[in-house]
Amino acid sequence: MDLGAANFKDNVGKALADDKLQHAMTETGPRFVYKRTKAREALPEFDRLRDQARDIKDHVLDHLDIYLEKYEAKVKETGGHVHWAETPDDARAAVLEICRKANARMVTKGKSMISEEIDLNQYLEANGITPVETDLGEYIIQLRNERPSHIIAPAVHLTRDQVEADFRRVHTHLDPKRDLTEIPSLVEEARGVLRQKYLTADIGITGANFLIAETGTSIIVTNEGNGDLTQTLPKVHIVLASIEKLVPTLEDATTILRVLARSATGQDFSNYTTFSTGGRRPGDLDGPIEYHVILLDNGRANVLGTEFQDMLRCIRCGACLNHCPVYNAVGGHAYGWVYPGPIGSVITPALIGIENAKHLPNASTFCGRCEEVCPMRIPIPKMLRHWREKEFERHLQPTSMRWGLGFWAWMAKRPKLYRKATALAARVLANQAHGKGRLKKVPLASGWTEFRDLPAPQGKTFHQLWKERRP
Amino acid sequence: MPELSPRVGLFVTCLVDMFRPSVGFAAVKLLEDAGCTVEVPEAQTCCGQPAYNSGDTANARALALNVIAAFKGFAHVVVPSGSCGGMMVKHYPELFEPGTTDHEEALDLSRRTHELTSFLTRVMKVEKVEAEFPARATYHDSCSGLRELGIRNEPRKLLASVEGVSLREMTDSEVCCGFGGTFCVKYPGISDKMLEKKLRHIEATGADTLIAGDLGCLMNMAGKLKRVGSAIKVRHVAEVLAGDYGTPPIAEAE
Ligand code: SF4
Repeated sequence: MDLGAANFKDNVGKALADDKLQHAMTETGPRFVYKRTKAREALPEFDRLRDQARDIKDHVLDHLDIYLEKYEAKVKETGGHVHWAETPDDARAAVLEICRKANARMVTKGKSMISEEIDLNQYLEANGITPVETDLGEYIIQLRNERPSHIIAPAVHLTRDQVEADFRRVHTHLDPKRDLTEIPSLVEEARGVLRQKYLTADIGITGANFLIAETGTSIIVTNEGNGDLTQTLPKVHIVLASIEKLVPTLEDATTILRVLARSATGQDFSNYTTFSTGGRRPGDLDGPIEYHVILLDNGRANVLGTEFQDMLRCIRCGACLNHCPVYNAVGGHAYGWVYPGPIGSVITPALIGIENAKHLPNASTFCGRCEEVCPMRIPIPKMLRHWREKEFERHLQPTSMRWGLGFWAWMAKRPKLYRKATALAARVLANQAHGKGRLKKVPLASGWTEFRDLPAPQGKTFHQLWKERRP
Repeated sequence: MPELSPRVGLFVTCLVDMFRPSVGFAAVKLLEDAGCTVEVPEAQTCCGQPAYNSGDTANARALALNVIAAFKGFAHVVVPSGSCGGMMVKHYPELFEPGTTDHEEALDLSRRTHELTSFLTRVMKVEKVEAEFPARATYHDSCSGLRELGIRNEPRKLLASVEGVSLREMTDSEVCCGFGGTFCVKYPGISDKMLEKKLRHIEATGADTLIAGDLGCLMNMAGKLKRVGSAIKVRHVAEVLAGDYGTPPIAEAE
């Protein structure tokens, strides 16, 4: 596990100074927002569907043990295999074992955040197995040896010319005169390379957007169709999923699907919604011979029943990222681990420990836009505040901040003293402004004055003046 | 019909108290013009939001109880800030165990508390104000007022009735300016990036005046506008509605 989340402040400094990143972020952010708004306007029952979606997941989470058992039984019935993985180690070991049995040398992969969470690619490579990402965004970041910077748009932090440079570096067969200035030509180039891989891969690994308890089905949604090729062409299909992906019925999944793509990209539906139930049946002409599901916990069960349970409703649509002004200012890599953005700042502390992600819950203005757009109605600001409470309890915040706020609260609990102190402070600051109405520098307030002036107080406090004017 | 001369307690807010009393007096004028009897309880200090948002629940509770005690008996409590208003309306009840007296009292205060422009329009049914204020203005929706209290049309409706004010909307008026209380000093770089975007949208409207309903956001935006040498004047909505153009704009010389 890398602990980049602990270096949030340094990461932010770099991100803010990175012109290419800043350019990429201003290009795409507003587009997502616009498309979601349009999609929502076009579906009058959208907000009602959000309530239903929330209720479905709440119900599952309250009875998760029952649905997991039901699901496992169904998968077995359809000839599939379920592997329980409490930790990333367990999950990786399960994947490797399946690979070894199949004598796999190369695996193709559809987009999976769980794969990121367990650092699967590195692990496979270390064990002599070549992973090939087939989602275009994932393919690009694999070329760059990076993590995704967004849950659904992994390469959103890159500009087109950066991607072109990567292609030219790695695809050595490319004719230097080949025009790659348009995105479709990049897609075409990647497809050409991937086509061969689909056919030679021994195993296909995908994630899952939903697991259906009543049928033992896993569902993925994609826009490129790469997931379908990944899971139907090789002999073995492995599904990587975390335990909270469960929903009771197909009907429930379709309810949530109606808000998923709309929230994510503004589409009514993603281009491909693929249902997998077991492997190839007698008489089927194609499809994988083996079907495995690896169910990862990695700390999620501990979240059940706590004040953080709501985070497990997340369907990874990315809307909270797209609408977050902090995410849009710094990009996804600054968050330093797998899940960026508002929901990432809730999940990451739960999965890697708040002591390793202290900044994340604090780097929010509580503007509330994430909660406003979340299709699952997750109260993200409230969850972030809960993390701050944990940090406060465990003295994890910077001492200066703690003392400063503590002193101020001590004063604020003593109205008479508070009155005197504020009157004094107002007068001193007003005098220092020398009638200019603002201050360029204030002792101990460099956080404010680094980028902006401090408006000066008018001189007397309201309470002083009120006494004078309305004795 | 609104009640006749209801007794209103004004919660001044820390920032208005210390930095810009003129906003408080503008609020008093607006409330009195609307027929209210205004009082300013002495024992009030801060709503406790900084403690609450820093995870310090014990102090947040103590400060909430202080406010609850200070505003007992008022028909309404009015706050010239959506942020402190949101704290009192939405978050006070979350601070206490349901079923306790403190929780009951927090709920009671929550029901009586209103942000200024929403109180004027929703409770006092004010349709227009008698005021004059020369301004080609644009309005920034502060986050808490907008998303916690649903305030959007209220200030715009009242501003439209001020003689001399013309309003033009900026792109993304509902996106955070980067203030966020202690956020802006803990993460000044991110805050500044957010401010830069906000400033671009403000400037693109061609407005000469920026108006909002929260002094924190206003000080943040004014501080940046003045740092980069902008001539745009920054005002709290109460000052504009009260026609107080004599007081220098935020961060400007007397
Ligand atoms: S928290 Fe909500 S908005 Fe964010 S990714 Fe999850 S479901 Fe989407």
